[in-house]
Amino acid sequence: MTAGRRVNLVATVVLSFSLAGAMAILHRIDHMRRLTEAQEALYIRSPNVLRRMSLGYTGLLADIYWTRAVQYFGEQHYSGTGDFRLLAPLLEVTTELDPRLFPAYEFGANFLSPKPPSGAGLPGAALSLLKYGVEHNPNQWRLYYNLGFVYYTEFKDYAKAADAFAQGAKLPVTNEYMSILAARMAQHAGEFDTARMLWRITYENTKDARIRQNAVEHLLALQVDEQVTQLDEVVQRYREKIGRFPASLGDLERAGFIRGTPTDPTGHPYKLMSDGRIEVQDPKAIYFITKGLPPGMSPPQPPHESPPDSKSTSK
Amino acid sequence: MNSRIGFVAFNTFREAVRDRVLYNLIAFALMLSGAAILVGEISIDIERLVVVNLGLTAVSLFGVVIAIFIGIGLVSKEIDKRTLYTVLSRPVRRWEFVVGKFFGLTGTLVVNTFFMALGVFLALLYVAHRFQNMDFWVLVALYFIVLQFFIVCALALFFSTFSTPLMSAVFTFALFVIGSLAEDLRGFARVTQGVAGWIATGIAYVVPNFSALNIIGAVAHGDPVAGRLILYSTIYALLYSTIAISGAVLIFQHRNLK
Repeated sequence: MTAGRRVNLVATVVLSFSLAGAMAILHRIDHMRRLTEAQEALYIRSPNVLRRMSLGYTGLLADIYWTRAVQYFGEQHYSGTGDFRLLAPLLEVTTELDPRLFPAYEFGANFLSPKPPSGAGLPGAALSLLKYGVEHNPNQWRLYYNLGFVYYTEFKDYAKAADAFAQGAKLPVTNEYMSILAARMAQHAGEFDTARMLWRITYENTKDARIRQNAVEHLLALQVDEQVTQLDEVVQRYREKIGRFPASLGDLERAGFIRGTPTDPTGHPYKLMSDGRIEVQDPKAIYFITKGLPPGMSPPQPPHESPPDSKSTSK
Repeated sequence: MNSRIGFVAFNTFREAVRDRVLYNLIAFALMLSGAAILVGEISIDIERLVVVNLGLTAVSLFGVVIAIFIGIGLVSKEIDKRTLYTVLSRPVRRWEFVVGKFFGLTGTLVVNTFFMALGVFLALLYVAHRFQNMDFWVLVALYFIVLQFFIVCALALFFSTFSTPLMSAVFTFALFVIGSLAEDLRGFARVTQGVAGWIATGIAYVVPNFSALNIIGAVAHGDPVAGRLILYSTIYALLYSTIAISGAVLIFQHRNLK
């Protein structure tokens, strides 16, 4: 073999091994640095400074921060720590760099408010984000909708929720349910129907897979909460009429209080407990339910996602 | 080290040090460190932060500019001046010439970085009046910057073996910018699914990851750097430099110099 060929062979082998080695070591570095990425991304929290540093490319920088926000939420949700402290500043920087990046507001409305581990537990931050969005995009009905949604679900502030929905209903391009929601808020009427309408609008007006899944789970939970509330009332009426609790749901059916055996969304019949309470068969199978749970049990939360960050986003 | 490689490296270093542009850039970097002091004076309570951020960024950017502008001319200048033929007839093998050039350029940058680092530490001493324990991490950040220079030098040399100086500068600078956004590129790849996701992930891993070697933000806030991260980053920078140098050797071996 000539010297030239030997050099070629050695260089090729060294190049191949170095390439494989570099990728492997980068994977390790990536794993080590992943946890600190978002924190480092926020060493500069001032959108004004970032705007100047971007040399006018604020749109691109906003997109980068938006991706970081989604990544951060996915990583933290996957790790199960329930620590989402940086989600609010990441979304604030994103929207201040590009106030028209609507998916960021929607994401904030859905995941800043709920308590950990489903969200950051910062409804105040969600409100601030949405107010900023409304201020800069006064013609977007979805922002008013999300604002009313947070006022209603997190603060039970019917007056402000009604006001937000009413303002959204007046826009030239709006959703047909906005005026109905405004009226219902004003009357405090039909809690289950109102909540169902809110989650349905959320489901129908988002492209974000994570937000859609969240809406579906809340709709199923509402169905359980409503059915359990109705069954509780039926049991009380039975007791008032017969003088004791029914021994089973069959007693209610035989006495003509219900038709058939009621089942939860997973298809399992409800359980009638000896003290007259109604419970679901598997309390961990349906997330977010507040009724039909054993005494003292907190509303079940969805499990951590796997793999991380593989579902979103709607940009 | 092979004596012929050492000979090429030493001459590359000597030529680079003689270069007036190089001196200007060092002076400019020192001036920027001076500016850091002024900014620090008017930035209440964050003087140290501003000095570290501005100083290290200046060291990094000026080093990269020096690496690119000298690196791209390493081969073409020797061909234009016809000194390459003299060197190769010594006899110095082609691969020895490439490797020697790489060591010469990185040596130049290490010396430059040493002087620029002195400027940063003097500025730190000026604003804080004494050194603190966390200043040690500034030294680590400077080491990471040197690791970046290794890769930039290797890339500039790689492109200079087959391209014009202007195009080599464009290619190297473009890769530096892309590499500095590599973590975000990885982020985009993660949210992309299917074949596009695989391609995006592949690109994110193949481009030099300069952002993994950038710890300026963390160090400015006094965050410690894990020993394992230092080790892995060193290995990564050496491996990536080896990739580019091996590529440069392979191309230069086949290049027709007549």
